[in-house]
Amino acid sequence: MKIDNSLPLEYSTEENRLKIFGFWIFLGAEIMLFATLFATYFTLYNRTGTGPDGAEIFVITPVILETFLLLTSSFTIGLGIHAMRLGRQKAMINFFAITLLLGLGFLGIEIYEFIHYAHEGAGIGESAFTSILLTTLGTHGAHVTVGLFWGLFIIMQVKKRGLTPETANKSFIFSLYWHFLDVVWIFIFSFIYLKGMM
Amino acid sequence: MDFFDRFAVPHPSFAIYASMVAIGLTTIAIIAGLTYFKKWGYLWREWITTVDHKRIGIMYLISALVMLFRGGVDGIMLRAQLAVPDNTLLDSQHYNEIFTTHGVVMILFMAMPFIMFFMNLVVPLQIGARDVAFPRLNALSFWLFFMGAMLFNISFVVGGSPDAGWTSYFPLASEEFSKSVGTNYYMIAIQIAGIGTLMTGINFITTIMKMRAPGMTLMKMPMFTWSALIANLIIVFAFPVLTVALAMGTMDRLFGTHFFTLDNGGMDMLWANLFWVWGHPEVYILILPAFGLYSEIISTFSGRNLYGYKSMVWSMVLISLLSFLVWAHHFFTMGQGAFTNSIFSITTMIIAVPTGVKIFNWLLTLRKGKIRMTTPMLYSMLFIPLFTLGGVTGVMLAMSAADYQYHNTMFLVAHFHNVIIPGVVFAMLAGLTYYWPKMFGFMLNERLGKWTAWLLSIGFVLAFIPMYITGLDGQVRRSFTYSESTGFGPLNMVSFVGAGIMAIGFVLIVYNIYYSIRYASRDISADPWDARTLEWPTHTPVPEYNFAIVPEVKSSEPFWDAKKHDHKLFKGEIEKIHMPNNSGMPFLMSCVFFVWGFSLIFSLWIPAIITTIGIFIFMTLRSFEKDHGRYIPVKEIEETESELRGA
Ligand code: HEM
Ligand SMILES: [Cu+2]
Repeated sequence: MKIDNSLPLEYSTEENRLKIFGFWIFLGAEIMLFATLFATYFTLYNRTGTGPDGAEIFVITPVILETFLLLTSSFTIGLGIHAMRLGRQKAMINFFAITLLLGLGFLGIEIYEFIHYAHEGAGIGESAFTSILLTTLGTHGAHVTVGLFWGLFIIMQVKKRGLTPETANKSFIFSLYWHFLDVVWIFIFSFIYLKGMM
Repeated sequence: MDFFDRFAVPHPSFAIYASMVAIGLTTIAIIAGLTYFKKWGYLWREWITTVDHKRIGIMYLISALVMLFRGGVDGIMLRAQLAVPDNTLLDSQHYNEIFTTHGVVMILFMAMPFIMFFMNLVVPLQIGARDVAFPRLNALSFWLFFMGAMLFNISFVVGGSPDAGWTSYFPLASEEFSKSVGTNYYMIAIQIAGIGTLMTGINFITTIMKMRAPGMTLMKMPMFTWSALIANLIIVFAFPVLTVALAMGTMDRLFGTHFFTLDNGGMDMLWANLFWVWGHPEVYILILPAFGLYSEIISTFSGRNLYGYKSMVWSMVLISLLSFLVWAHHFFTMGQGAFTNSIFSITTMIIAVPTGVKIFNWLLTLRKGKIRMTTPMLYSMLFIPLFTLGGVTGVMLAMSAADYQYHNTMFLVAHFHNVIIPGVVFAMLAGLTYYWPKMFGFMLNERLGKWTAWLLSIGFVLAFIPMYITGLDGQVRRSFTYSESTGFGPLNMVSFVGAGIMAIGFVLIVYNIYYSIRYASRDISADPWDARTLEWPTHTPVPEYNFAIVPEVKSSEPFWDAKKHDHKLFKGEIEKIHMPNNSGMPFLMSCVFFVWGFSLIFSLWIPAIITTIGIFIFMTLRSFEKDHGRYIPVKEIEETESELRGA
């Protein structure tokens, strides 16, 4: 494995550069996936049948809280990557851990929110609107869940193996993923919740 | 008993029982054979766990050929049923099942792996790379495709085939109107194969963008590699749409959601839109690599470089963009209004322009060329006029007002077979003949090859041209019978005869392979066609590392230049080469996907949950795994090289 020391650790081998490039393309596919969900949402959002509409079930407080947690986590993972570039393994692990805790908080609230919807009679089989709403939120939530496990495994590896080109590469790619989920959430927040409540 | 009833076929027939027996016996024979000849270890080490792009390619090829015959038998049965009026060979339910599985198998489990075979075999060699960017992922792509295909195929004998057409339009495909598990098979088998395809897309874009030999700029890339790059870009943008649509369809059927239902807000046209936003680009995923192959073949056998290289590239880029803007031409008659129809009518017709550019470039390459009429070239020469006819009827269909006449008639069936058989299938067979010596070290028989090309073309004309006529006269598609008084009888009989001739052509391919294995000369050079690009200067058979020394490239036809101007392609010393290790994980993980899919299809929730966890366990193992491959030492490379040169 040839290591090019003029580049940041996560880019330092050929294999690493390929992986990062490939991951960007994967994110391109993810953009298409979420774009399809959004397009479907806009097609179906006022087709509520006998079920409730958005204004009836959305509650602002938990959503604001979720947004706050996720945006902060995007910031802390940025700090984590910064620490990684400085070679400060401990700080990096801590920032990653904080990120995951914030993500966990987000997920907790989201689960609470889903229970609330169920109580309001907005289960997934209620109407076209609830189907696409819960599918879109659920897809994002599932991504966060996968991210929590993935991030945990990366922390374990950095702890055990230290900051190597390999672990740095994995951490960096994970951070791209996490930022991406954040961007998707901003769209969900603006175009599903804010628009729905107005 | 209730439990087992679900796995029974809801509409059994003699053919299905016979197939069950045949499948059972074949499986037993294969298992017994492998055990008797002690080939399990070999199979596992050399094929199932392989990460070599050339071997993965060959596995795609075998799957594609097998599926060609499965889909072909379906096609013949359809034609046989329609051969005479009021025929009772098949009943309506079986006819529905057969045209559905025929369509899905042909497009997704025959044509797609055929494309994947060429991309896997050719692209790394053509760009002078040692491998694809992610060899392990490549193996996973193949096995996911394979498991998806197998899952789809067992629907025939376990639980019942899908019967709502390859487009699976809702509400017809809903739980209410398609009661058997057939459509569950459709949704989930395609989903699994589709995930594999998406990964291939990511893999090959990375490979082509990042792993080209020194000197090969984008505008010096061989035409097939260009076509593969663009097809993979389309894959990455189109397949996620399919993923979402299939997931929603699955949820509607299994969990009672209301995406495509007729009540509580659901919208059946949403399915049609999502399906074709993927489905139309999909046909360009098939045709562009076919164009790439024709470009390679026509330029090789005209002894000239491709005319209008740049316009070839730009026309493909343009086609790929337009392919995303035309999807609604598939439902002109379903009430979307004159304005929308006009827009989609125009965008559709515009595609004819870049396609025309390509046809003229091929013709101008032929002009003044020293033409050698080999089998691959013969296919290409038959392709040009036949495909042009298909293009013309395509423009006819694109006229939305006129489409009210053609819609859902045999005219449409004639049109798309007219582009897909001379366009895609002929290209695949031409490419197969062309690349066969590179894979196996001997040529396919030319005489038999030319017979095949002619039989397929004559059979094609007889089978499909009559459908244009009966279609214009109003014979509808997807209808299992018609009455004597319509007068469609004689033309449909001609069609059946044509399909039979095509069948003979396909059987001849198998015979050709058998014949050539036995009799063809093994004493051929690495470059039997006097070709122009980098896949030919490598040894035959290609060593696992492809190139002992990475070539240096100065033009889009480096090998040709090297031959004509005495350039040296391979400069420098042999160094140790890094190669990935084999792995059983892609296969095992795909097996778990298979069980997962099967469980969902039959709503077996506990195994479904267990296998979902299983899939995540595999991903976790992969995350912790440390495997950076191995190095082949210089001495070993030198030995291999001298052995290959000597032989
Ligand atoms: C031996 C050659 C073939 C024959 C005889 C044949 C015959 C047929 C017939 C008769 C139908 C119409 C069924 C109906 O609407 O009633 C059909 C449909 C179809 N065929 Fe073929 N076919 C052949 C090859 C292919 C190939 C190579 C492909 C694609 C790669 C293909 C793709 C399709 C598709 C997508 C449909 C539409 C299925 C649907 O309506 O859902 N066929 N074929
Ligand atoms: Cu189309």
